[in-house]
Amino acid sequence: MGASQTRSEHKYQDLMDKTGFSVEQIKNLHKRFEQLSGNEETISRENLENIPALANNPIRRQIIGAFFDKRNQHQNEVGSFEEIGFEQFLMVMSHFRPPTLKTTEEERETMRKEKLRFLFNMHDTDNDGTITLEEYRKAVEELLSKSGAIGQEGAKAIADAAMLEVASTNVPHMAPDDFYEGITFEHFEQILKGLEMESRMHIRFLDVDTTTMRCGRSTS
Amino acid sequence: TFHKYLDPSGFGKSLPEQGLLLLVVLVLLEGSVLPLGAASSPDVSHQDDSHNHKVADHGVNATKKVFPVLDVDYHHIQTPFEISLWVLLASLMKLGFHLIPRLSSIVPESCLLIVVGLLVGGLIKLAGEQVPPVLDSRLFFLCLLPPIILDAGYFLPIRPFMENVGTILMFAVVGTVWNAFFVGGLLYAVCQIQPANPSSLHSIELLHCLLFGSIISAVDPVAVLAVFEEIHINELLHILVFGESLLNDAVTVVLYHLFVEYAGVGTVTVMDGFLGVISFLVVALGGVLVGAIYGILAAFTSRFTSHTRVIEPLFVFVYSYMAYLSAEMFHLSGIMALIACGAVMRPYVEANISHKSHTTIKYFLKMWSSVSETLIFIFLGVATVDGPHSWNWTFVTVTVILCLVARVIGVVGLTYIINKFRIVKLTTKDQFIVAYGGLRGAIAFSLGFLLDQNQFAHRKMFLTAIITVIFFTVFVQGMTIKPLVELLAVKKKQEAKRSINEEIHTQFLDHLLTGIEDICGHYGHHHWKDKLNRFNKKYVKKCLIAGERSKEPQLIAFYHKMEMKQAIELVESGGGVKLPSAVPSTVSMQNIQPKKPPPAKAAERALPQLPKGREEEIRKILRSNLQRTRQRLRSYNRHTLVADPYEDGFSDLLIKKQKMIELEKKMNNYLTVPAAPPDSPTMCRARLASDPQAYSMKPVSDSVPVIQVDLASPQSPDSVNVMDEFRRANQEEDQGLMMKPPQGSSGSNKPGEADTTRDQQRLMRCLSDPGPSADEDEDEPFLP
Repeated sequence: MGASQTRSEHKYQDLMDKTGFSVEQIKNLHKRFEQLSGNEETISRENLENIPALANNPIRRQIIGAFFDKRNQHQNEVGSFEEIGFEQFLMVMSHFRPPTLKTTEEERETMRKEKLRFLFNMHDTDNDGTITLEEYRKAVEELLSKSGAIGQEGAKAIADAAMLEVASTNVPHMAPDDFYEGITFEHFEQILKGLEMESRMHIRFLDVDTTTMRCGRSTS
Repeated sequence: TFHKYLDPSGFGKSLPEQGLLLLVVLVLLEGSVLPLGAASSPDVSHQDDSHNHKVADHGVNATKKVFPVLDVDYHHIQTPFEISLWVLLASLMKLGFHLIPRLSSIVPESCLLIVVGLLVGGLIKLAGEQVPPVLDSRLFFLCLLPPIILDAGYFLPIRPFMENVGTILMFAVVGTVWNAFFVGGLLYAVCQIQPANPSSLHSIELLHCLLFGSIISAVDPVAVLAVFEEIHINELLHILVFGESLLNDAVTVVLYHLFVEYAGVGTVTVMDGFLGVISFLVVALGGVLVGAIYGILAAFTSRFTSHTRVIEPLFVFVYSYMAYLSAEMFHLSGIMALIACGAVMRPYVEANISHKSHTTIKYFLKMWSSVSETLIFIFLGVATVDGPHSWNWTFVTVTVILCLVARVIGVVGLTYIINKFRIVKLTTKDQFIVAYGGLRGAIAFSLGFLLDQNQFAHRKMFLTAIITVIFFTVFVQGMTIKPLVELLAVKKKQEAKRSINEEIHTQFLDHLLTGIEDICGHYGHHHWKDKLNRFNKKYVKKCLIAGERSKEPQLIAFYHKMEMKQAIELVESGGGVKLPSAVPSTVSMQNIQPKKPPPAKAAERALPQLPKGREEEIRKILRSNLQRTRQRLRSYNRHTLVADPYEDGFSDLLIKKQKMIELEKKMNNYLTVPAAPPDSPTMCRARLASDPQAYSMKPVSDSVPVIQVDLASPQSPDSVNVMDEFRRANQEEDQGLMMKPPQGSSGSNKPGEADTTRDQQRLMRCLSDPGPSADEDEDEPFLP
């Protein structure tokens, strides 16, 4: 028992350093991963699409896409995976960790940038470094996709207005012939400054080791 | 009914005496004049003022009285008159404070008002009159408190409240109970160990002390609102302290009644304690339930008010007040009922009522709550002067110290526990502000005032101590919290208005986080929120919101709200005048729309060669439409422009919006923006009256683009040669009115026959729809 614990800790040490999760959290996530993948080593898009609770989510495709996006792995690669392993799964999840009391101002800044980058990647589907009007329109359409006809009509107007707002805030003086290519990451950061991403974009990761509650079960 | 509260023999006595003097003079004058008319002149002075009768009898012969041409009858109007006088005094004081330049920034308003109350009370006492018992509990709880709470509840920011509801409840319930027992218990201990002289303190019973503790430990929403409003701290802290002050009402009610009941008996058993806990749940949940029921009733009623817009605000007020009264009837928590009612009804009512009603509700609530607050503080001052006081150094100072200590320990201890469950932890700075912001106020005083003097021998001492604590918290803590907030560099409230991008991403985040939670496999906060939203959308909205709006997604509702706000702002700022903007931007839609390479430039510049018949047709259309435009414009002024759109109901606006969208699709989508050629009045006027879509595209935030259009006076366009306008517009390059050839893919019209369509475009430019759905009978766009 003791030996296997230290072994698992050592196994997870690498992951802990990379993602910042605690051992308990990693263990719980691993269990979930195995559940999703059917005890395989990797999960594919179908595995995620089969989650029933996700069916009602309007931006389901983008969320699933984000898991398979190489840009979210922080290794300067682009493109997308077909299947992902546990490490990649964990990397994506690490974007949703909350700041702790010990997080310094600098770390908060980095965290905020990271989370904003995640969001940006979700919008910037062709990976050209900017969110063009088309991409933004698509994003808003997806957001309103569960709201029927009214949603679709309004989507274009809203996306246009939003784009206009970004342009006016960031590049206030444009000659009539200038063309605003798209929202760059800096502009994206600027317009979402008020939302304080590091305090908002997080979920609760379970710390409690649920295995201890199941008496007599052998665990890996 | 108010006679009871505003003692007739009190404040108002000086006025009838003066009136009496006047009457005497008048009657004597009348006595020397021929008595008028009828034999049986009615006796107008119909009250028990004996002086009046005597004087009248003297100056008159036996059979008939002199007809009083001028009579002073003060008692008839006494009560409303005095009430109005107080309200007037309160409002004038409020005015006065803001006229004195530096005062309001140093001293919070609440302090100043208490001082005014002290002065007024002092003056009354000096005049030898008896100070009226103004802070009578019934007056306070039934008339002065509800407007403030309703205002708070109706405008409660739901999202931060719900996100922190666990923390708030912990502070409100556990914190208040802790405070009550700590203060009460230790006070009893201190009183018992009084050295030397057998002071009256020995005779205080434990239960009385606990009762006192429970009265004094409740954080007061009125005081918190008054002080926190001026310091603008960040939303989280504000909602924590404020939420706590609202939700601790249930605890206070239960503890108060519990101790009052059992103070008579003298003992409390475990069973009683247990019953107390049950009672608390009943009081709290019952209050919320009552409020929610009335809220849903109000929302349902508002669904049918589309034909009687005028009384819409009334429903909001009356239903809420009835919720409060119903809850009070059952001894449930009236405050929680009010909050629940306001919070539940708001989203549905706002979707149903007209814009004007919305404004009315907002301003009435603000006005009433402001007046109430002012009155409460003034009355506190007056009541302080009135007494009855019984100063006891030990008791009072120990109370003050214990209150502070209990608050600090409570907050620190609770935060330690709470932080284990919170994701975004509370820092030490936060804890300090929460502890320091625990102000006591008039509720504590009123509750103390309600105590029966016979049952509670130390009532006077209690009242004195309560007042001292109130003064201490309001003056000392209230005045110093602002500099402390600056000193500690506590995060302030963000002033920026909500932008459409923020709203999009808030929604996006909601869905994203729900999705991630689902992938993680546990049902967290977001999952349940999402479920509630879906339930709301599917069932509740359909019942409570009228018409089309029940299906409107939140994002679109937000967007429409923004458009309206902007349109109003635009119109109120004079129509074409420069919009207030921090960063004037020249960005317009044309900068964003993807460009297509323009076809042969030469063709663009050339004048259209129109067949003669066509030209005549165009001229006719132009003339007739311009006339219509002119007529409409003449009847416009800043006020009527706003009048129409919002009375038609929102669905009409939506339909017109649709038409506008279609119109826009056919037009070239260059929205009006700056650098309009200033020398074309027709164009100017057309643009002034241009379609609402143009306005709606502008961003909401401060960096609204500048529209440099002069509000030209409606000159007669007859002399204007419209074709000349075309020529001039053509030659002016790179102005906002640039006519680019139609774009292919973005839904605009196809090139088709180049000449006529270009012409049509120019036509449309000129004749763009005058004003946001101002003209009811113009149903379709006047395209040729």
